[in-house]
Amino acid sequence: MKAMRDVYMVAGGVSKFDKARHDVTFQAMVKEAFDYACHDRFLKRPIRVEDIDGSVASYFSDHFMRQLKAGAMVQDYLGLCPKPSHRVEGGGATGGLAFQEGWKAIASGYMDACVVYGWETMSHVETWKGNEFIALASDVSFDYPVGGFYTGYYAMMVVRHMKEFGTTAEQLAHVSVKNYRNAFHNPYAQKHEKLTIQDVRNSPMVAWPLTRRDICVMSDGAAVAVLCDEKAARTFTDRPVRITGIGRGTDAMRMADRPHEKVILLPWEDEKDYKHLKYPGVHSFRAGRAASKQAYEMAGIADARKDLDFIELHDAYSSSELQTYEDMGLCQYGEGGRWLQAGNPFMPRVEYGLDLPRKGTLPVNPSGGLIACGHPVGATGLMQAVFALWQLQERIGDHFGDTTLQVRSPQRGAIHSHAGTGTYVTVSILERAW
Amino acid sequence: MAMLPDKLEETISGTTVFNVSMPKDLSALADMTPLVIKFPYSINYLHSYAQDSPFFAGLANGRLLATRSSDRKSPKDPSRNYVYATPRGHCMYTGSKTDWVELPKRGRVHTFTVCYFGSEAFLPECPFVLALIEWEQADTLLLTRLMGVDPQKPSLDWVGMDVEARFRRNSQLNPTDVYFVPAGRRP
Repeated sequence: MKAMRDVYMVAGGVSKFDKARHDVTFQAMVKEAFDYACHDRFLKRPIRVEDIDGSVASYFSDHFMRQLKAGAMVQDYLGLCPKPSHRVEGGGATGGLAFQEGWKAIASGYMDACVVYGWETMSHVETWKGNEFIALASDVSFDYPVGGFYTGYYAMMVVRHMKEFGTTAEQLAHVSVKNYRNAFHNPYAQKHEKLTIQDVRNSPMVAWPLTRRDICVMSDGAAVAVLCDEKAARTFTDRPVRITGIGRGTDAMRMADRPHEKVILLPWEDEKDYKHLKYPGVHSFRAGRAASKQAYEMAGIADARKDLDFIELHDAYSSSELQTYEDMGLCQYGEGGRWLQAGNPFMPRVEYGLDLPRKGTLPVNPSGGLIACGHPVGATGLMQAVFALWQLQERIGDHFGDTTLQVRSPQRGAIHSHAGTGTYVTVSILERAW
Repeated sequence: MAMLPDKLEETISGTTVFNVSMPKDLSALADMTPLVIKFPYSINYLHSYAQDSPFFAGLANGRLLATRSSDRKSPKDPSRNYVYATPRGHCMYTGSKTDWVELPKRGRVHTFTVCYFGSEAFLPECPFVLALIEWEQADTLLLTRLMGVDPQKPSLDWVGMDVEARFRRNSQLNPTDVYFVPAGRRP
């Protein structure tokens, strides 16, 4: 797979994520992120509505707001009518998919500048009703009526991971400690708390072994990414970021249906390593592996362990972050717990109160991820793109007012968006292009 | 006795208000933000199990039905074809129509969790145990409830446990018409 022409990201914006944004409608919340992106003070000149050829709308649920065609309402609020637009929905991966739809619009020559806007307002119903809506993203004949609850589904997946590979609940808690501590330096994050392993393990058990602190929270929030062709990109910024690879994968909706066969290998892996592993079963995300493989191939990544400087990935659960290390090939299948505990995905300059002999070799979720930033579903995948842009532009300090989370001179990063117990997964590769 | 939590639970029950006051000075209008209203929403759906109906009819009669591919071998037992423990009308690999077969009552826990919280619809049933069941005779799993275990003492040792199917006497035509208990218990 090859792009017909190069695609760049030039600007991004993120609204404040909060449990409830009763102060703004969803359109006005998207406008916050849109205005921030278009008036990014480091742009050579502001992006105007007339510079934009069209848009992609990214939001997940029609149930949360009881408003159909909400995308049209954002399009008119932003003043983008009658330009082309369409809505993208793909569960938790909605943002990642929408980002790639924007990429396609530019890569194909259909547009020279495309704004991808995403949001979710999850505060209109109570948490447990929200969980019910989310659980409708499981088979309503066979899965939902048995006790539809996403945390329960992910808990079953990680229990199998624990049994298969010896992963421990304490290892999972390392993800939460890392992401919460990182988010402490990110003003956009919903949570600003310093947690210990004990805090995570002692918080209320939701679905064994996952506690409340192993799980992201529901949020209201919006995020915007502006994508351009090369000519437009050079007009707006001297620090454009090129999107050099996109990948997507899928898997069966019902976890019960997933195969128990052979691992899809990445170029730096050997079939011998997985002689006895039945794959993906319910312990791994085949869609995440397929998406990574495609994106790496397109971006010419020979070994993700060396060629990536940071990753923003979909940590709806501490467990799914750990499982995703393996899908993305950062370590072998089964090694996620040990790779994590050694410190590899931690930030080099953040103090965690943990003994981390290999601290910071490949930072994962420097922003704090979904666990601490919040997970307004349709915005999340785009929030990752914005934070990745600012990392590559070395502007984290300017946008966050704190340089702690700036990765040193990053050349290349990956973003990863994930839906429905691994039914849709996207991976996109972003690179410094100046 | 456990300590009381240090805050009262937040709920969206409360007082009904029919009017709001208006500031005399219109420059103060923004202070009226936000007004939050509440309304109910309920629907009855007519959901057909369609080609999957025999599975539910089977449960109502104490039988556990699965489907078998007509043209793909099982990777774990090449002497038989691929069996979907959760039925599918068509084979995921070859696209051909599947045949109905019966599964044994006895299987093993492939994985499980205990839900101490849940979706609103299931909150009254917490804690409950979700499990995926595996069979030698099948290539995929079945999501179910596991009964007859202590939800306060979950253990990785439950994975691999022999379990057997039980059926509700009064069928609800739901997948919970079947559930599993540790094998060898007296009914």
